[in-house]
Amino acid sequence: MATVLVNDISVDIGDEKLNCVQAAQRAGVTIPHYCWHPALSVVASCRMCLVMVGEKKPDGSIAMQPKVVPGCQTPVKDGTVIQTMDPMATTAQKATLENLLLNHPLDCPVCDKAGECLLQDYSFKFGNASSRMVDEKNTPPNKPDIGANVSLFTDRCIMCSRCVRFTREVAGTAELHVVQRGNHSEIDIFPGHPLDNKLATNVVDLCPVGALASKDFLYKQRVWNLKTVNSVCTGCSTGCSIHLDTNKDVVYRLRPRFNPRAQGHFMCDEGRLGYHQVNSSQRFRKPLERGESGTRPIEWSAAVASVDRGFRQVSGVDPGNAWFVLSPFLTLEEAWLLASYARSVSPFVRIVSGPVPRVGEDDTYPKDRKGRPASNIKFTIRAEKCPNRKGVETIVSHFQKTPLSFGDLLQACDAGSAHFVYVTGGYSSAHPGFRVDDADKLSKVPNLIVHDLMPSALTDRANIVIPSAAFSEKEGTYVNHAGLAQSTVAGCVPLRGMRTDGQVFLDLLGRKGLVRAEEIRKEIGKAVSVLAALAQGSTGEFGVFTGSGS
Amino acid sequence: MATYEPVLLRRIGRPECQGIEGYRADGGYKTLERVLKELTSEQVTNQVKDSGLRGRGGAGFPTGLKWTFLPKGHPGPIYLCVNCDESEPCTFNNRVLVEKDPHQVLEGIILASYAIRATTAYFYIRYEYGHGMRQMQKAIDEAYSAGLLGKNILGTSFSLDVFVHRGAAAYICGEETGLIESLEGKRAWPRIKPPFPAIEGAFRKPTIVNNPETLANVVHIMERGVDWFKSIGVPPDPKNPRDAGSYGPKLYCISGHVNKPGIVELPMGVTLRELVENHGGGVWKGRKAKGAIPGGNSMGIIPESEFDIPLDFNGPGTVKALGLGTAAVTIFDDQTSIVDVLHNLCRFFAHESCGQCTPCREGTGWMLKIVERIRRGQGRREDLDILEEVADRIGIMPGTTICGLADGAGWPVKTAIRKFRPEFESYLKSGPRQGVRLQMAQSH
Repeated sequence: MATVLVNDISVDIGDEKLNCVQAAQRAGVTIPHYCWHPALSVVASCRMCLVMVGEKKPDGSIAMQPKVVPGCQTPVKDGTVIQTMDPMATTAQKATLENLLLNHPLDCPVCDKAGECLLQDYSFKFGNASSRMVDEKNTPPNKPDIGANVSLFTDRCIMCSRCVRFTREVAGTAELHVVQRGNHSEIDIFPGHPLDNKLATNVVDLCPVGALASKDFLYKQRVWNLKTVNSVCTGCSTGCSIHLDTNKDVVYRLRPRFNPRAQGHFMCDEGRLGYHQVNSSQRFRKPLERGESGTRPIEWSAAVASVDRGFRQVSGVDPGNAWFVLSPFLTLEEAWLLASYARSVSPFVRIVSGPVPRVGEDDTYPKDRKGRPASNIKFTIRAEKCPNRKGVETIVSHFQKTPLSFGDLLQACDAGSAHFVYVTGGYSSAHPGFRVDDADKLSKVPNLIVHDLMPSALTDRANIVIPSAAFSEKEGTYVNHAGLAQSTVAGCVPLRGMRTDGQVFLDLLGRKGLVRAEEIRKEIGKAVSVLAALAQGSTGEFGVFTGSGS
Repeated sequence: MATYEPVLLRRIGRPECQGIEGYRADGGYKTLERVLKELTSEQVTNQVKDSGLRGRGGAGFPTGLKWTFLPKGHPGPIYLCVNCDESEPCTFNNRVLVEKDPHQVLEGIILASYAIRATTAYFYIRYEYGHGMRQMQKAIDEAYSAGLLGKNILGTSFSLDVFVHRGAAAYICGEETGLIESLEGKRAWPRIKPPFPAIEGAFRKPTIVNNPETLANVVHIMERGVDWFKSIGVPPDPKNPRDAGSYGPKLYCISGHVNKPGIVELPMGVTLRELVENHGGGVWKGRKAKGAIPGGNSMGIIPESEFDIPLDFNGPGTVKALGLGTAAVTIFDDQTSIVDVLHNLCRFFAHESCGQCTPCREGTGWMLKIVERIRRGQGRREDLDILEEVADRIGIMPGTTICGLADGAGWPVKTAIRKFRPEFESYLKSGPRQGVRLQMAQSH
């Protein structure tokens, strides 16, 4: 039990070890800061978080220190008094902002960061309206090739050194460093060693100003036009929590969203840049039916009716000849609906989970100087390149009591005993789920339905292709490698005329209405004991752990 | 004080002053032998503490007290770092000691290491002191051969290794924690304190950082005793309970516009005027002094009218300069433009600011730009107020930076403007005199 007094607001911090910035946050008071970041070491160099600190004595009197102290470096304990509005503190903060803007180019109109820039925000809130400097500013040259995905606008830098510390402490690859001294200090790389680690673009999020820019996002959008929703990265089974930034239903950017239960503060570049498939012009927009003279687009209702007819035909003869493949890219809700549909016709229909793309081994950070993983793991890029293997397998095992694998399906294809196969896809084009020889085997199936995003070897061989919606267009739940269930919100509406996967499954089930993921989640939570945590409907900001942990 | 017999400098100039034989012939290493065989570490620490010796590097922190901050019963290793990164302009007291009498410093290093139980000492010497580095290395090699360094020194259980580390040629490497970072092979960005180096310093182990002149004094304190040391210098001000006094001899560097620049050893408390008149040979070319920097650039500037201050740890403070600093006195004559003086000082600090803390990184650069503009003749009256404000708000004392470099950058500016404001104002009106060498390095 420790009580801290922040601007006369009393806040109980329990037994936690906090600094002034964090303690003030608890009290709802913002102490502005640049260099401090909860995931990085403390350097206390930006001098933005200067506050007055004192101590409340047992007799009730308050003794303040005679000078300002950096809030990020000063731990609080029981009886600590923090004054952020003291004239000495506000003057020091004003002075720091004046200093930071001395050599800052103030090119906000062409700066990507404008609108989400801490230099703008703090200047507005704590700074002066005008600068007293009449002399020439320093104009160091920009470094557009500092990394494959990152560009450095040297003159905008405020030398908070967050990026340098990130590459040293989290990535461990230590590409960035500071060169020169005084107000000529610059962030730079060693010649021939660009910022190209797999976590590199995180420095763009860490940069409180517009100095480090993501080349992928550069000059694409003004951030105030973006609509942001909470989502989950589908690139690997870490399931990084993300912000999904869209404008007019086009995805422009993924940013990591802090989640202590999933990945922490960061995300990898592969996941960050993996959204491009969503905006691809190659995507299917209408269901396709293969006839004598090639494929032709058909209406959604016709496609649904055709699938349903084919399935019932086969299961009328022998339901064991009908197979459903649940892709690890499906959300829990979609997997549940499709499996329910399969089971609604016959309990003998075979349900298997789709192939899981794996690439190498789990890639952990930080690395040491020679690129070997260090022992204090701060971030993991998982080998399993799909978001929901755990969740889909749980659903499959709920319905399919005698476990079957995708390999069994391929054997059945070879044996000619698979007559109807419904395959769901959604795999990223970088890590395709189906090999060409898998597709060849599946092509022997008389009635092959493929539900996917983009053309592939498999869709080329399908009798009916149903377009999938991208992860950004649907709501649903993913269960990551550790059994953490996180739900996403749709960031944009599906492509014109598209029906989301869940909507197609509802059509197949003959259920009316729109997909309401929360209702389906409750349904799942009640029915599946290991997913009982979902019975609440909401998974909250950070997700909930389910029983399907590792 | 003409009768004062130099102690620290007594061997300088003798033909055999650099080698171990010469040092031994003058009684060197006898104290070490006696101390190692007769006294415990605590006794050495206590004797230094009782002597009231204050650090000669600039801040004047009591040396013995610093040693007692080490964690008790630490399993080690504990490190001693010798701060010979003498980068304060016009300061060369350590240079003389290291180049001319390295064994005196080395004996101090061994004694201090014994007192703090260090088994490794790093001699951090600034890059530019190539000769000093070689002299020191030679002295260390000689000491190893003589069994004064290495395992079981002089047959006792005490062992010590000394390594010379050539510095990175930056002013900030002289800052205690900047030095440690530099020693560890990193960019010399001073560390945030706490933890102080005595708790967690070089390689995350307890570390004591001392100046060579301080360590040279330790030799004589151990040799001649506390009473001898306290008989020299200025006792504490009885009205100020926090004053630790200014005991002992001090090396004063005299430079600038004097007839006889050089180094002189005197008891603490000599006045600035005495130093200039009696030891510096008076102001050159028969001119008068306009002012002086009493103790290294970062201590501020004082006018000639304030030359009667005693140069002890308190003296410069009485005329609102920062302090004694390194006791490097720089005189400038009455034909020197104060604007040029300030410009030169600002240039130094803008160049040497390490760039870590915003107020210092940007403040020093801004002050330089303003002073450059004033010097060009484009100054405005409000510039003086801006300069004063910027100088006032940077530094440890207002709490806006990690280390003291910013204080040092601020003091010359604010003292110059406060003490020489009329001259600045007339310069603003009249512009630069004809013939002023404006091309002199416009920027760094």
